[in-house]
Amino acid sequence: MSVDTATVAKIASLARIKVTEQDLAAMVPELNGILAWVEQLGEVDVTGVEPMTAVIPNHQRLRDDVVNADPLTGGDMRDAVLANAPAPEHGFFGVPKVIE
Amino acid sequence: MTNITDLGIAALRDGVAKGAFSATEVATAFNAAVEAAQPALNAFIVTTPEKALEAAARVDADRAAGKPLGKMAGVPIGMKDLFATRDVQTTAASKILEGFKPQYESTVSQKLWDAGAGMLGKLNLDQFAMGSSNETSAFGNVISPWRRPNDTTPLAPGGSSGGSSAAVAARIAPAATGTDTGGSIRQPAAFTGISGIKPTYGRCSRWGVVAFASSLDQAGAMAHDVTDCAIMLEAMAGFDPKDSTSLNMPVPDWAAALDADMKGKKVGIPREYRLDGMDPDVAKSWDDGIAWLKDAGAEIVEISLPHTKYALPTYYIIAPAEASSNLARYDGVRYGLRDLPEGAGLQDMYAATRAAGFGPEVKRRIMIGTYVLSAGFYDAYYTQAQKVRTLIARDFTKAFEQVDVILVPTAPSSAFALGEKSADPLEMYLNDVFSVPASLAGLPAMSVPAGLDRNGLPLGLQVIGKAFDEQGVLNASLALEQRAQFSAQNGSRPEKWW
Repeated sequence: MSVDTATVAKIASLARIKVTEQDLAAMVPELNGILAWVEQLGEVDVTGVEPMTAVIPNHQRLRDDVVNADPLTGGDMRDAVLANAPAPEHGFFGVPKVIE
Repeated sequence: MTNITDLGIAALRDGVAKGAFSATEVATAFNAAVEAAQPALNAFIVTTPEKALEAAARVDADRAAGKPLGKMAGVPIGMKDLFATRDVQTTAASKILEGFKPQYESTVSQKLWDAGAGMLGKLNLDQFAMGSSNETSAFGNVISPWRRPNDTTPLAPGGSSGGSSAAVAARIAPAATGTDTGGSIRQPAAFTGISGIKPTYGRCSRWGVVAFASSLDQAGAMAHDVTDCAIMLEAMAGFDPKDSTSLNMPVPDWAAALDADMKGKKVGIPREYRLDGMDPDVAKSWDDGIAWLKDAGAEIVEISLPHTKYALPTYYIIAPAEASSNLARYDGVRYGLRDLPEGAGLQDMYAATRAAGFGPEVKRRIMIGTYVLSAGFYDAYYTQAQKVRTLIARDFTKAFEQVDVILVPTAPSSAFALGEKSADPLEMYLNDVFSVPASLAGLPAMSVPAGLDRNGLPLGLQVIGKAFDEQGVLNASLALEQRAQFSAQNGSRPEKWW
């Protein structure tokens, strides 16, 4: 499968990356080169093979269902959470207006 | 008088413990070496001499008070700038995180500080660890301390842990952390004549490590030799409830159990790694390694890993897919860069921020990942790759029914020149051909220096082990190290030009 300019523009939009016409022109052959190369996986017989989900067998743990089980990742951390925000406002993350 | 900066972890720690020198003297010596080398090598994104001195002062005070000292007490190290460090800028070498000062400390870095290590600074790397030459960093290339004879062409220190490898090879840091997603510890270690180990997936906590491809990312140690790597890995590893894939098992005392006697051990040599047109020096170093392990008492067994040739294309679907998902968090809202064009709405802000903040290779991988995960293509690319990944892991499982460890080269060549491969992404990807399979299977793997090639540049040998058998990997690596005699060779460390 190969991609054209319209498809690459669509992928960029899905990925939320702004691209110029010039970016697109450069990306189309690059992505096609990579996609043509990974295409060889199609020749592998995978009949009856399960897709890998965990590389090392492990099980999902559940933590105790209590408030602030780990203080570091628990609540009451508003200032720390906002410390690196580019535009914090009134104790919240500020964003451009989304509702007219 | 010993030159302090020539010493590795064990020698520094033991010297501090015995009182041959103080931890403060050690930190001062390495701080000076870092400062002197920084303009030429660009190994660090930020330096933190005060952190190294603070940690050293604590160790000196503890020693004076007769308190027990940690495994890494008095050893200042370089921290790859992928580990979150409290109040110290953490960027993953990307503009999108410039100025980001984490409010918390990664589990691995915290463990190292708890063991008595200090921080010289945050080491440069490929942006979001995506690269094999450290050329994708937004903070400039790292220059390898190695050069070809009578030739000042700047060479790649490998990647993505290129700042780590350059710093250790140049003896401006006795050791450094690395992370390995497809070879990012092993390939730079090989390029710079140092040792580096990636443990079994899950040994080291990923909590606080900037995520690239979560099913592959694994932290590890980069240092002068096998013993130092064993000591440092012990300090880094261990169960962490904050990482859902962390292994809940004890960390063995790897350094104490090191044993280079390979009698009764079987070493697998996979025929699929002997590529057509293989670099003759790489082939010869592999043959040397086989002879050395035989000399150490091992039995050599030819094995087959039939899906080896599919490992790279599998990796270049799975890693970008996971990256596209992980990197969705960089949106200009919560931390890092925000680019808000005049009158732009929320969606435009996302797109502008990500366009301005991510470098070309990061964008390329996000785009590939987005495509292979998109409706209509998911099964053909992503599910197929995950199935082939199962087959690649199964190849290793079968091989390890026959052998204890596997020996292969670390990389298909010695260090290349900066700019030599950066024009063609595919050519750069091919440099990971020998390191990616073990990553896909989550196995422990280590690179140790094997010798110098015809250009006077280091080559590495790679030992791959069974899951959880870091000891087997370290032991075989030690047997290689003792016979390669790399550190004793003339010209086995870069001549200082910086």
